[in-house]
Amino acid sequence: MKLVIGLDGQSSGDKALAFAKDLAAKTTDCELIIVYVIEWSPFSFQTAEENAERHKRREEEIAVASERVVNPAVETLTKAGLSARAIVRHGDVADTIDDIAHQEGASQIIVARSSAGGLTSRIFGSSTANLVMNARVPVTVVA
Amino acid sequence: MRKIYSTFVTLLAFLAITLPAQAQDAAQSLDARVNEAFATFTGPFVSFIFAPIPGTSFPWIVMWLVIGATVFTIYFAAVQFRFFGHAIGLVKGDYSDPNDAGEVSHFQALATALSGTVGLGNIAGVAVAVGIGGPGATFWMILAGLLGMASKFTECTLGVKYRNEYPDGTVSGGPMYYISKGFDELGLPGGKILAVLFSVFCILGAFGGGNMFQANQAHAQITQITGDFPGWITGLVFAAVVFAVIVGGIKSIAKVTEKVVPFMGIMYVGAALVVLIVNFDMIGWAFGQIFAGAFTGLGVAGGFVGALIQGFKRAAFSNEAGVGSAAIAHSAVKTKEPITEGFVSLLEPLIDTVVICTMTALVIIISQQLIVDQATGNYMLNEAGSAIATVDGNSGVALTSAAFGSAIGWFPFVLAIAVILFAFSTMISWSYYGLKAWTYLFGEGKTTELVFKLIFCVFIVIGAAASLGPVIDFSDAAIFAMAVVNIFCLYFLMKVVRAELNSYSDRLKSGEIKKFVH
Repeated sequence: MKLVIGLDGQSSGDKALAFAKDLAAKTTDCELIIVYVIEWSPFSFQTAEENAERHKRREEEIAVASERVVNPAVETLTKAGLSARAIVRHGDVADTIDDIAHQEGASQIIVARSSAGGLTSRIFGSSTANLVMNARVPVTVVA
Repeated sequence: MRKIYSTFVTLLAFLAITLPAQAQDAAQSLDARVNEAFATFTGPFVSFIFAPIPGTSFPWIVMWLVIGATVFTIYFAAVQFRFFGHAIGLVKGDYSDPNDAGEVSHFQALATALSGTVGLGNIAGVAVAVGIGGPGATFWMILAGLLGMASKFTECTLGVKYRNEYPDGTVSGGPMYYISKGFDELGLPGGKILAVLFSVFCILGAFGGGNMFQANQAHAQITQITGDFPGWITGLVFAAVVFAVIVGGIKSIAKVTEKVVPFMGIMYVGAALVVLIVNFDMIGWAFGQIFAGAFTGLGVAGGFVGALIQGFKRAAFSNEAGVGSAAIAHSAVKTKEPITEGFVSLLEPLIDTVVICTMTALVIIISQQLIVDQATGNYMLNEAGSAIATVDGNSGVALTSAAFGSAIGWFPFVLAIAVILFAFSTMISWSYYGLKAWTYLFGEGKTTELVFKLIFCVFIVIGAAASLGPVIDFSDAAIFAMAVVNIFCLYFLMKVVRAELNSYSDRLKSGEIKKFVH
């Protein structure tokens, strides 16, 4: 069984992680895939200078996300005797988590409930809500 | 190289020092002095670039650009039409590898290059073309835009192919790189010298069309609303903001501009469409004027040749095809196939010239700002006989503003904001193009970069203070001088592009290159 856990770098992610850990402990032969998506769109507008440095920035963003968010998570899970690996990717959060889960053949996606509230989520929508509505794989939202 | 550098810096420092010294005089006379000094200083260079072909009144440089674009169109068998659909697919991201997410996309490279080209050329430049060359200039402008797509394709493919990728992950590309590396690869001599020559012209172009022309027209637009005041004041304000961005590193200003400018562009086209829809019964007549004017001139100075020269000149100035500047902007894209960026870049002259410039021209023609002699049906010339007489004697951006204003009363205010933002974003883009040429010549380093940026800011003040005539002449001359070197080198390098094109189109046909399923 494969489980995809979407983290957003917020503390609520720990709850999703703990939930997945419990679930994995109950089954044998379970692989945990930690996914962190860096919000990015190919249709944004940038200056020439930003473009020239984009590759460098991308590497830096991936390094920071790995170091601060996904690597510690993978470490925690591996220490607990579970099989875990990490994927860091740029893109739309909901679409990318769904794509990865679909490609990996995961049986479930686990995410924390939306950390953005009020006006922000009303205007921009919430990645969790988008994921729940559009995912091709069952989604568990951990409160 | 050091010697050229120090001479150049001394020269520019002299300009910077003498300028504030003159501030003791009355404000208006400062503008006049800047103007006079500037015209004398740039005169010989301008007359050389615009020298007519002996025995005619046709500037050789215009012929040079048109022949270049025509040669590329024929050599690549009308690539701009054959691969048009494919270019759209590339921009949509149909062929982008999902694993490259987070890198510079085709769309982003195109949008960045467009924000450097869409601007005053489309608003003020078109007004100059139609104001001098009559409606017929529009026809030649569209033709130049369509042909220019092939020039853009050639230079942007090479820009990506021969770019420098540094160990820290940043990239630098542009004509100076493809000229020197490409010539070396083909075993041709003189690559390095031509690359240096291009860089010198690119720096002048950055100070001219990419800077002074922008500052000048932004000031003209502001005085249109506030009433007359000295240009150096606008210049200082602009210089301060640009300084904050390029020297102070306040990226947020540039970032905001990059996000606002595309919407301004869309709004501009939207407003033009509104004017056209309201006057839809006149669109047929306007096209009639365009076609008639293209071949007869309808009484403009210089007849149909005058219309042709103005159309080609302003089209080249607006979309910069063959100039080489876009190759610098496009070279940052993430792609394994340099030719894909060539396909994407050919959309640039289409959007810039064939769509946006034509919109401006139609609005000016339909608003009937140009005075027609009812007896003959020809256009009446102004007192000097140099341009068509307009309702309020307007020219340049003021003419466009009046044309929009006659249909949508409040639009000149929006246009003023758009002009200021366009001017600003073009300046930021060109400060980067100029800087790339500067660092190519003098090496990368904090001090050399700072020197360039400071000089760039000084030229903003000069540009805003000088009058339109000398500024537009110098801006054109500097930008066209880039095209002289660039197109000359493209003739030698175009076979490299053809090899890329053949290989790519074979693989596209065989199905080896296919769309990614998203």
